[in-house]
Amino acid sequence: MRRDVFQAIADPTRRAILLLIATQAMTPNALAEHFDSTRQAVSKHIKILTECQLVKQEQTGREIFYHLNPKKMKEVADWLEPFRQLWEARFNQLDNVLKTLKSKKS
Amino acid sequence: MSTTKTQLIAEEGKHDYSIIREFAAPTELVFAAFTEPALLAQWFMPQHLNLQVNKMDCQTGGAYHLTYQGPDSNRFGFRGIYHEVVENNYIIKTSEFEGLPQKLDPILEKTVFEDIGAGKCKVTIHTICPSVTYRDNMIAAGMEPTLTSTHSQLDKLLITLINKTVK
Repeated sequence: MRRDVFQAIADPTRRAILLLIATQAMTPNALAEHFDSTRQAVSKHIKILTECQLVKQEQTGREIFYHLNPKKMKEVADWLEPFRQLWEARFNQLDNVLKTLKSKKS
Repeated sequence: MSTTKTQLIAEEGKHDYSIIREFAAPTELVFAAFTEPALLAQWFMPQHLNLQVNKMDCQTGGAYHLTYQGPDSNRFGFRGIYHEVVENNYIIKTSEFEGLPQKLDPILEKTVFEDIGAGKCKVTIHTICPSVTYRDNMIAAGMEPTLTSTHSQLDKLLITLINKTVK
């Protein structure tokens, strides 16, 4: 199943996972220790991040380590963000127009 | 509270994208802001670009033509036809970008207004482009130096992550 990268990073747990593995590669167990949710729940988040190629896994001996895929992260930030911000700026202006309209109405 | 209110969904290898945003105003007001020329002119472009509404007949079969000041005193614009307008519900229109040396095919845009209760309205703009390349170029053109960027929480997070990992 194709995953949308922006939906993937919209989730707070997944953002926390990205932050954790940004500093150092981590095993599934080490990662799970940082969250109150079950290991299965954390694995599900990692699976989504892996499908989006934001996270890569590497086998070292008997352990699996999760790494951040900086290329993909950069792609997300660089490529779509300016266009999104264009709309954000546009809609922030619209918020002000609506505020004025509402105050005129009441 | 997060400052990232606008969601952009643009999947890799597809020729469409969606923009989703909630507004703290009733649907009638949001619809009016999209369809009344004097209101649209107040928000659709940054003020210094001097957006002009040359024509805007927002009803099924009507036409519109907007122009604005681009970099190096070039004028750019959009024109198209309102294929279908259903008040406080949705707008389907074509949009052709003007001002480039080459002629572009128009895009098809459906804007849906949804009452989500508590005096709020959710707007979803679904845009369909003639090809994947066209869409990708259009999104990349969002980098034009005409808009002030605001850094949201997530942008900062991403930048921190990139700085940490890309040497």
